Amino acid sequence: MIELRVSCSLGAARVEADIRTLGPGLALVGPSGGGKTTLLNMVAGLVVPEAGRIAIGDAVLFDSARATNLPPRERRIGYVFQDARLFPHYSVRGNLLYGAGGAGPALTGFDELVDWLGIRPLLDRKPAKLSGGEKQRVAIGRALLSRPRALLLDEPLSSLDEARREDLLKLIADLRSRVSIPLILVSHRREDVERLALEVAQIEPGRKTVL
Amino acid sequence: MTGAEWTAVMLSLRVAVVGALASLPFAVAVAWLLARGRFPGRMALDILVHLPLVLPPVVTGWLLLIAFGRHGPLGGFFERAFGLVFAFRWTGAALAAGIMGFPLMVRAIRLSLEAVDRRLEEAAATLGAGRARIFLTITLPLALPGVLAGLVLGFAKAIGEFGATITFVANIPGETQTLATAIYNTTQDPDGAGATWRLTLIAIAIAVAALTLSEVLARRLGGRGL
Repeated sequence: MIELRVSCSLGAARVEADIRTLGPGLALVGPSGGGKTTLLNMVAGLVVPEAGRIAIGDAVLFDSARATNLPPRERRIGYVFQDARLFPHYSVRGNLLYGAGGAGPALTGFDELVDWLGIRPLLDRKPAKLSGGEKQRVAIGRALLSRPRALLLDEPLSSLDEARREDLLKLIADLRSRVSIPLILVSHRREDVERLALEVAQIEPGRKTVL
Repeated sequence: MTGAEWTAVMLSLRVAVVGALASLPFAVAVAWLLARGRFPGRMALDILVHLPLVLPPVVTGWLLLIAFGRHGPLGGFFERAFGLVFAFRWTGAALAAGIMGFPLMVRAIRLSLEAVDRRLEEAAATLGAGRARIFLTITLPLALPGVLAGLVLGFAKAIGEFGATITFVANIPGETQTLATAIYNTTQDPDGAGATWRLTLIAIAIAVAALTLSEVLARRLGGRGL
C-alpha cells in the first residue's frame, strides 16, 4: 500500500529505508535525528532521494529506475508540518482554502470539516492568534481540503500538553474512520501510535529501516 | 511662490513618482534573481545594479545620454517602437531618477525576499501551488514591507537626484527643471536667496512627508506582510 524504499545522504547523515506496508497506515517511530522527517519530506517531494521508489497505492511518486520524480505540487500529498506552517498573512479561512479545489476527489466539504475540527469560531483569525493545538487542527484541515491522496503528520502531538494530546489522538482516530486515504505519522513516542492501529517502523540513526 | 517655482515642484513630484513606480517591477525581478537565482553572471548583475550608487552621477547621466539620446541605440529604439523620447524631456528625468534609485530599491526588496520563510513556500507547493502562484500569494505579500520601503527609498532618491538628471536632460524650465536643479539655479542668482529658501523648505517638507509615510507603513505592516 505504502512503499518507501529510499536511500539518501544528507551531509554526514545517511537515511535508508525499505518499507512496504500492507495497510494504509504507517507510523515512523524513533529518537530525533533518525531521519523521520526526512522520510516524510521525501514522500512530499521536498527532499529528493538518491535512489529508490516511493509509491502510495498505484501512484508512483518517485522511481529512480524510471527517472520518475513528481514535483511537490503534483504529488497531492497533504503534509501537516510539525510547526504547522500556516500562512501568517492569511486568515484561518484563507489558509484552509489555499489548496482547495485541486485535482482529485474531494474528501470533505468545507462546513463539515470546520465543524468536525471545531474551528468555526477561529475562521476570521490570523494564525498568530491561535494556540498550538488550534494551529494543528487548521493545518490538518488545510491539508485535507487540498484533496490529497495521502496525509503526512509530523509529530502532531509533540507541542501539546496531556489533555490536548488526548483530544488530538481521538481526532486522528476519528479521521481514519472518516477518510480512507493512507496516513503516515511520525512520532518519537511509541505509546502515542499504539492506539492508532498503524504499522510501526522503528527508525534508528544510521541504521536502515526495514518493514 | 512664483509660477516657475511651483512648476518645478510639481515636475519633481511627477518625475519621482513615475521614476520610482516604473522601475519597481524591474527592481522586484532583479531582487528576486539576486536573492534566489543561482546562475553564472549573478555577481556581474549584482555589480551592474549597484554601479549608479558608486559612479559619479555625472558619469551615469552621460552614459544615459549616449544610450538614450535620440541617436543612441536605446533612445532610437524607444522612439521608433513606442514614440517615447527621453533626451531633454521630463521622461528622461524620470528615467535618470529611476536608475539612480534602482540600487536602493533592489537592496531593500532583496533583503525582505531573503527574509521570507522558504518553508512556507514549501507548504504552499504541497498544497498544489505552482511557482507563479507561490510568488504572488506567499513570497511577495510577505516581502511587502521591504517592497514598500524600497519604493519610498527610490522616491526619495528620485526627488533629490541632481547630477545624472542635469547631465542627461539639462535644466529646462517647465520640461526638465526639477526642485533640485531649480535650487541650483537660484543659488547661482545673486538675488535668489528668497527663492532658494522657499524651494528648500518645500524640499524639507517633501522629505519629512516621505519619511513619515514610510514609518507609518512599516508600523502598520509590522513585518507581518499584508
